Order: sequence, then structure tokens, then C-alpha cells
Amino acid sequence: MSSQTIADHDHHDHKPVGIKRWLFSTNHKDIGTMYLVFALIMFFIGGSMAMVIRAELFQPGLQFVDPQFYNSMVTVHALVMIFGAVMPAGVGLANWMIPIMIGAPDMALPRMNNMSFWILPFAFALLLGTLFIDGGGPAGGWTMYPPLVLQTGKAFPYLIFAVHFLGVSSIMGAINIIATVFNMRAPGMTLMRLPLFVWTWVITAFLLIASMPVLAGAVTMLLTDKYFGTSFFNAAGGGDPVLFQHIFWFFGHPEVYILILPAFGIISQIIPTFARKPLFGYASMVYATASIAILSFFVWAHHMFTVGLPITGELFFMYATMLIAVPTGVKVFNWVATMWKGAMTFEAPMLFAIAFVILFTIGGFSGLMLGITPVDFQYHDTYFVVAHFHYVLLTGAVFALMASAYYWLPKWTGYMYDEKLAKIHFWLSAIASNVLFFPQHFLGLAGMPRRIPDYSVQFADFNMISSLGGFAYGISQLLFVYIVIKCVLGGKKATSQVWEGARGLEWTLSSPPPFHSFTKPPKVTKALMDY
Amino acid sequence: MTKVGGIKRTAVILTTVTLLMFGFGYALVPLYDVFCEVTGLNGKTGRISNAEASKLVVDNQRFITIQFDSNINGNLAWKLKADQNILKVNPGKFYVATYTVENMINEEIVGQAIPSVSPQIASLYFKKSDCFCFRNQVLKPGEKKKLTVRFEVDKDIPKDVESLTLSYTFFRALKDNKKAS
Amino acid sequence: MYLNEWMKNFLFKLVFVVSAFFFLSPDILHAEWGLNMTQGVTPISQDVYNMHMTTLYVVTVIGILVFGVMFWSIFHHRKSKGVKPSKFSHSTSVEVIWTLIPFIIIVSLAIPATKLLARMDDTSESSITVKATGYQWKWKYDYINEDVTIYSNMAEDSVEASQRNSGIDPKATDNYLRNTDTALVLPVGKKIRILTTANDVIHAWWVPDLGWKRDAIPGFINDNWTIINKEGVYRGQCAELCGKGHGYMPIVVKAVPEKEYTAWIEGTKLALKSKNASSDKDFTMDELRAKGEGVYKANCLACHQANGQGIKGVFPAIDGSPLANLKENIPAHIHQVIYGKGVMPAFGEQLSDTDIASVVTFVRNNWGNKTGHIIQPKDVVAARKK
Repeated sequence: MSSQTIADHDHHDHKPVGIKRWLFSTNHKDIGTMYLVFALIMFFIGGSMAMVIRAELFQPGLQFVDPQFYNSMVTVHALVMIFGAVMPAGVGLANWMIPIMIGAPDMALPRMNNMSFWILPFAFALLLGTLFIDGGGPAGGWTMYPPLVLQTGKAFPYLIFAVHFLGVSSIMGAINIIATVFNMRAPGMTLMRLPLFVWTWVITAFLLIASMPVLAGAVTMLLTDKYFGTSFFNAAGGGDPVLFQHIFWFFGHPEVYILILPAFGIISQIIPTFARKPLFGYASMVYATASIAILSFFVWAHHMFTVGLPITGELFFMYATMLIAVPTGVKVFNWVATMWKGAMTFEAPMLFAIAFVILFTIGGFSGLMLGITPVDFQYHDTYFVVAHFHYVLLTGAVFALMASAYYWLPKWTGYMYDEKLAKIHFWLSAIASNVLFFPQHFLGLAGMPRRIPDYSVQFADFNMISSLGGFAYGISQLLFVYIVIKCVLGGKKATSQVWEGARGLEWTLSSPPPFHSFTKPPKVTKALMDY
Repeated sequence: MTKVGGIKRTAVILTTVTLLMFGFGYALVPLYDVFCEVTGLNGKTGRISNAEASKLVVDNQRFITIQFDSNINGNLAWKLKADQNILKVNPGKFYVATYTVENMINEEIVGQAIPSVSPQIASLYFKKSDCFCFRNQVLKPGEKKKLTVRFEVDKDIPKDVESLTLSYTFFRALKDNKKAS
Repeated sequence: MYLNEWMKNFLFKLVFVVSAFFFLSPDILHAEWGLNMTQGVTPISQDVYNMHMTTLYVVTVIGILVFGVMFWSIFHHRKSKGVKPSKFSHSTSVEVIWTLIPFIIIVSLAIPATKLLARMDDTSESSITVKATGYQWKWKYDYINEDVTIYSNMAEDSVEASQRNSGIDPKATDNYLRNTDTALVLPVGKKIRILTTANDVIHAWWVPDLGWKRDAIPGFINDNWTIINKEGVYRGQCAELCGKGHGYMPIVVKAVPEKEYTAWIEGTKLALKSKNASSDKDFTMDELRAKGEGVYKANCLACHQANGQGIKGVFPAIDGSPLANLKENIPAHIHQVIYGKGVMPAFGEQLSDTDIASVVTFVRNNWGNKTGHIIQPKDVVAARKK
């Protein structure tokens, strides 16, 4: 290390100020913060669309919005939540935590890091802007199936380019994460000592690199089919609309693991901390995550059982899908075994983590049911599916993100959050989300299709219950914002270690960590992680 | 410990992988066609060459019922009707079936017929030596036309397939679309 | 007060759902509140239901075991009870066991599922073939070999009640959103093959009581089969997002004894033949407008809206449009209804000459359109010949 950098270090923590600090930031913590704030804003934008949906479905009959607008709410809600809320939140956490978890000074490619964040607001400006133009926003579902999506009006090119930008942004993020983990680990931080959050993110990043370009290809084909006379999906020119579904879900199934794997990592950090006991089966956790990721490329057609696949194909995809239950089961058992004979305390992160284990598993159960082809012919495209993926994505991925926010907020801000309010937030969220989504299982089984703005009267009661749960969930998230703001502004000082049972490099740094962390690589020993 | 050269290498490799995967998305298109041909997925029917046709063996013991069906896509102003509802055929033997198509409006239109066979498995064994779906069809204003398809059903068709449906859907051909718009 | 009534209902159901959880019995779950999948009226739908219940039981038992262990741990292994955490971090034998057990469970579920799927796939030996074609937003049914084609739109009272803020109580509407003007009539006890395809975008044909749904894809025909064991009316709807009218394309299957079915086919053939018999008759403006209003509701309103304004940027307005107002555009107007234009479907097959004459007269003499033009069925006959 040159004397110059040591001298720099003496001045300590001088950082750019004002708007420039954020606009031109190359600091992993600042960029991480921007990602997280952006994700929270998108969570509320997507959430308010969900409120429109639940308000319209509160009673039978059409009260608030027209069917076309309803469809675009359904479409944009999904795109915003997936690409605007859950994925950026995951990338934000990775930015903040991975360098300080592996003992690196920053991310490997800091300028690219800045770019990959700043693409996002522009992409979403394109997408959300379409809601205000003639003909409205995209309304063909986030799955963008042709020929329906080709009927989209002026919003169509905006949709395609927004998806392109989102893809570029997340691929740049993924490259950065892999480059960081592979090249910037502190001495002694071997691969099999990596915290599980880092492991799950590395695997997620590989999934992103392998699947997002395929989506980019698929939407490019849509674009040329609509404007340049190609016929990838146009039967008249020798194409096939079902081909799009194959390409889309080749991306789409890995995509759902992109959303959930970082959540697995988060839960695997939190449960040991509050059980004061090492994670059970570290190696099998890593292998299970990797095998889930690999299997995710061989199950795509389970989203399309009803398109009319040959029976051999249906059987193959059914078996592969059911097989995913095995590594997923291993993870759940390992979490339970980690709690077993621990000395547990139940602060907000732990509460969210436990709720995650239960509710994600319920989502997994309905996933197994959906994987059984002959029965899927009944479940497919009903509210049973809606219930299933909201169990794994809201009470799964989003609960894990909430858990991570409470877990690391003291580290980020230097202050403890208000534990009492956080517990209230937890109980409100946990109860409301179940009131919201559990009845949707019944609705689906009773025969209510998804993506409809109005329904037959026999579905009225459960829809009303579901809507009430939805409103309650939506309102209780405002409490989260209040808790975060309160914590940023001040409170009880957090120690470096924050949680009694916390282990790992990030807890050796002060809370908040210095602007430039680990300019000198720490030495990682086995003892650092031991209980 | 930061490995600067390593970062560059990782970034270059991963960018290459990204581009390859983008290409892979496009490669799925021809791969899918091959896959369909092998499995009968999407119910498209096969062609038979003259060389293959000369080697056919007729199975006089077995009869398969063919149902003829027709569709018009979108608002293409054509009428399409099979001249025979059903045909009982022996596997391995060539038959000719006809359709009548009529242009209902005062405008020349180019159409393209897309075949589909159901059950899917049967599409692997349904082979045509000539078909009006091999090329675009041009209909002058008000023109009425007979269309023919010459086909055979392979004798290897699974035993439990006793009947199959041959369906054609006429789409407005893409070239014509361009002219119109 | 609606809400009060609802509260009573809600409390009752809450108690019910919670208890159903504890005593997961199929009888409770299958009660009339629509909590569970229907057992349906075909051999296949019964098998599908059984497979569904088997899986549900399996996952429920797994859930009780796993969550049971977890909650036992949560109650006993807490710091507040003064326990010291143990330090174990893995056990190869345990990990192998809980990899193998789920695998065995999955194989034991996959075997019956495979058998059931093979049974569903076998469409041979069917005696009747019906083709269901999805349109934005209605179904067309062709009885292949019978030369019978019927169109099935949502029933008019449902159309009216489903307009935004219509003021009509859906509960007072006969089978709100699940009723059609024409039902698909099928005989009981016969193996029926149902082909699905579509005219424009992808739809999906689904009647839960038959035990399956199948996509309807333009350019492709899919097949499936059913044997309906019980007479009755079975309702379903489109299950694949197909645009703004997706929620408004119901399916009604009426299963009747074979004799009744044969009579219905013959009757329908006659009715189709006489559909255009009145083409040479002249109607008055009032007759045409009255009939045209009904035709408009069933066929045009979904896009052009009740006020004839369409939706800006998507569906053009009829009110005030030159096509529906200028006298020289009358032939073009009729032509467009018969043959469609752009995304507008062709109605010539589905509507009789009288229907088309009435609806064209209606839109030319409604809202701000006050042309006074009267179009007679014979004008439509002339336009069809072009």
C-alpha cells in the first residue's frame, strides 16, 4: 500500500457531498442504499396497484376501473414488484453487504455499479409513463404472450425497451457481484467459508447471466414481429405463438429463483444469529441451492401444461418439477435443525425469518400440488396459482427482505430500530398477508380464474376477506417506512456486533461502517465464524 | 485480496456468456423446430419425398378415419370448407382430399394455410407429398378455388390411433399485410 | 345493510375455515361454500379430485410434522428459559435421511399421477367431436360431422349488470357472468372429443366439472375428451388472459339424454336454415332499433362501449364517426360489420342479415347519430355479394 493511500486514510471518511455524492457515487454502500430506497418506493407503487386490484375485486360488479385498465394494473403490478421491488432490493443488499462480508474494500466494478443503478429509474419512467398515454399501459400480463401482447397500442415499444433496460441493469449487477466474490475475498475467506448470503447471491448472479439475455432475445423477437415483419411467433409466417412461451419460461422459471435464492441466503444468516448456534448443514445448504438453480432450467414447461404438450414432455416436466421439492426440503429441514437446541430470542428479524420458513413452505406445498400435471389442468390460471406465488414471493421473498432490513438496519445506520414497533409491524404483516392470500386458495379451487376484473357471485365472500387483508397489509407497510425513518434519524447507539449471536466480518466493523471499509484486508480464520 | 487482473478477466468472460445466452435465445427457434419434428409437438405435419413414397407398404387390414376441419383466422374474408367430412384410409396409401375456398370480398387477398393434426402424436405419421399449404394462395375478388392435399398415413402409426383430425387455418399472408398497411 | 349481513357471514365462515383446518375432512371441505375443488361429473374429474386430495393430505401431514418440530423447538429452546445453545452443525446420516424420504414420497405421488395423465391423454373411440373456437370475446362451437355451428355470447342481463356502476345487483342477475345466450348441448354417457382452437389470441376452455382446461391457440387444434355422467348445466369460463373481455366469456355446458341431444341437433339445423328466411321482409325503424340494441349489447358493446365512444387509442368511437353518419358510407359500414377491419372481427358468419341490418340501423340512430337511415335485410344481402 502506498503512503498516499495511508495518508488519505488518516483524513478518514471524506466523501463527496450533496447530490453529486449520489449521482456519481461509486461507493458500494451509497449505491446499496439507493437500490434499497428505490426498491421501497417501487414496493409502494406496485403495492398501490395491488390496492386498485383488491378494491375492484372487493365486491362483484365493476365499481372503480375499466377492464382494460384493470388488466394493465395486473400487468404493471407484476413487472414493478418483480423487476422494481424484489430484484433491486436483493441487489441493494448484495451491494451493501457482500464487500463487508468477504472483507473487500468495495465492489469490483464501481463505475458499472453506478450505471446499473441509474438505468433503473429511466426504465421505470418508460414503463410507468405508458399508463398515462392514449390506449393505456401494457395489459397483456407480465408474461407478454403473443398474439395478445402484439395488440398492445402505443405502450408496446416502451414496454419492450423497459424490459431491455431492466435486463441490462440486472446483468451488470450480476457480473459485478461475481467479479467481486471471485476476486476480492480477504485472505482466509475460502469459498466454503463464505456466508450463505454471499453464496446464494453468487448462484443467483449466474442464474441472472444465463436467463436474462434469453428474455431480452424473446422480447426483441416480439418487437421485430410487430414492426419489422419477422414471424417468430406468427403462425402465418411459419412461426408459433407457443414458442414464445417456451422461451419466456426458459427465462421465467430461473427468474423466480432469482427472486427467492437471496431470500434463502438472508434466512440462513438470521436463524443462526438468533438461535446462537451455527447453521446446520452449511455444505448441504450450498449444494441444495446450486441444485435448485440447475434444476430451474429444466422445469420451464410446468407453466404451460395446458398448451397441449406431448405426454412424454408433460411427464418429464412433472418429474423434474417434483424433484425440486427435494433440495428445497433439505433447506427447510436444515433451518429447523438450526433452531433445534439453540437458545432462541425473537427480535423482529427472527420473527420474520420464522414466518418465512412456515409460509414459504406452505407456498412450496402448493407448488408441489401444481407440479402434478393432471391436477394442474384444474389449478392452472386460477387463484390457486395466485395464492401459491404470493406465498412464495410476498410471505417468502418480501418477508425475508423485511427480516434483512431489521437485521442490518443497526449496522447501516448505527442506531437500533424501535423493536416494539417492528414487532407490531411483523404481526400486522403476518396476519394481514394470510387473510389476504389464504382464501385465494379456496377461490382458485372453487373455479375462479386469475386476471379477471369481475367475478361470479359465488366468489364474493372470499374476495371480500382477501381484499380486507390486502388493505390491512398495505396500510401496515407504512409503519415500516416510519420505523426506518425513525431509525435513520437516531435512537439507541448500535454496537459493532449489534446482535449477541452475530458472527462474521461485517460485525467486526463499526456501526455504521466507515465510508471505505476494509482498505486493509482482514485475516479470516475459522474462529471468526465459531460459536 | 483484490486481484485486479482477475476482475477484468471475470468481467470479460461473463460478458461473453451474456452475449452467448442472448444468441442462445435465438438458437431456441431452430432448436424448437427440430424438437417439434421429433416429438410431434405443435401438431405440424411432415412432408414425404418421392424416394420415401416409392418404398411405402400398404396395410389393407387397418382403417383410420380422417376428419377434415377448417378455420379462418381473424377477419380474413374467406370461406373455407372441406369437400369431404371424413375419409377412411389404409395406412401406407396415398389419398387426395379437397377443400373449397372462396374470397368473399372485392379485393385480391393472399392467404397462407397452416395445418394442424390432432391427436398430436398422429402428426408424426401424417405425411403429405403435395399440399396447398406448401405455398401462398392468391384469390382474386370473389374467386372460388379448389385446393388439394395429397397425403398418406404411415403404417407405423400407434395402434390406438383410430381417427385423427386434419385441420387447416387460413391466415392472411404476411406479404399481403405489408401491402395493405 | 349489505355489510352487516356480510359480517355475520364472515364470522361464520371464519369459524368454519379454522375448524376445517383442524379436521381436514373432505366432507367439510367439499361443502357448498366452494372451498375445495369440485369432484365434477366425469370419471376423470373424480380421479383428478382424488389425486388433489391425496397430495393435499400428504403435504398437510408433512407440514404438521415439520412445523410441529419447529414450534416445539421455539417453545423449549429459547434463551429466556436459560438454555445453553448446543454446538452441533451437521450430521451426514440425518441429512441423507431427509433427502431420501422426500424423494420416496415424491415417487409415490408421481406413479398415480403418471397413470392418470395417460388416461386423460387417450382420446380414441369418441363418438362425437365438438370444436370450441375462442374469439375476443365469445365461443364458437362446431359439431363436426353435423354441420352445426353455434355462437355463445355472455347473456344479455350479465352484460348489462357488468357495466361499470351499472346499478344492477350482480346477485339479482341469473348466474352473473356465467350465463350464455346459447349453451353447448352435449349428450350424457357418450365419449365426447373436444377440440380447442382460437381465432385471434390464445384463450383457454375450462369447465371445472369436466376436470380439465385446455388452451385454445390460433392455428393449432388441441384435443381432450370427456364423458359426462350426470345430466345438468355446468358452467365455466375462459381461463387464459385474452384482453379486456377475458372475464366475460362464459362457457355453459348442458348435458342432456341422448334422445334430447339428437332432437336438439335437428332443431338447431332447421333454425340455422331459416335464420335468413326473413331477408326479404322490410322492418320499421322502431323494430330495427329495438332488435339492434340487443345485437349491439351482445356483440359490439365490449369494445365500442355503451355510449358508443369506444376507448381512446384502442377502440374507435361510433358516435359521431363519419362511417356511421354519412349516407355514402352505408355500404362500407355494412361491409365492415360483415367482414371486419383491422382488429374488428367479422360478424357475417354469426349474425343473420336481419341482425346486421338492425344493428347498423341502431348505431346510425342512437347517441348523437341522428341520420334517419334505415337499413333493411335486403341491403345486407346485397352487401354480402360484394
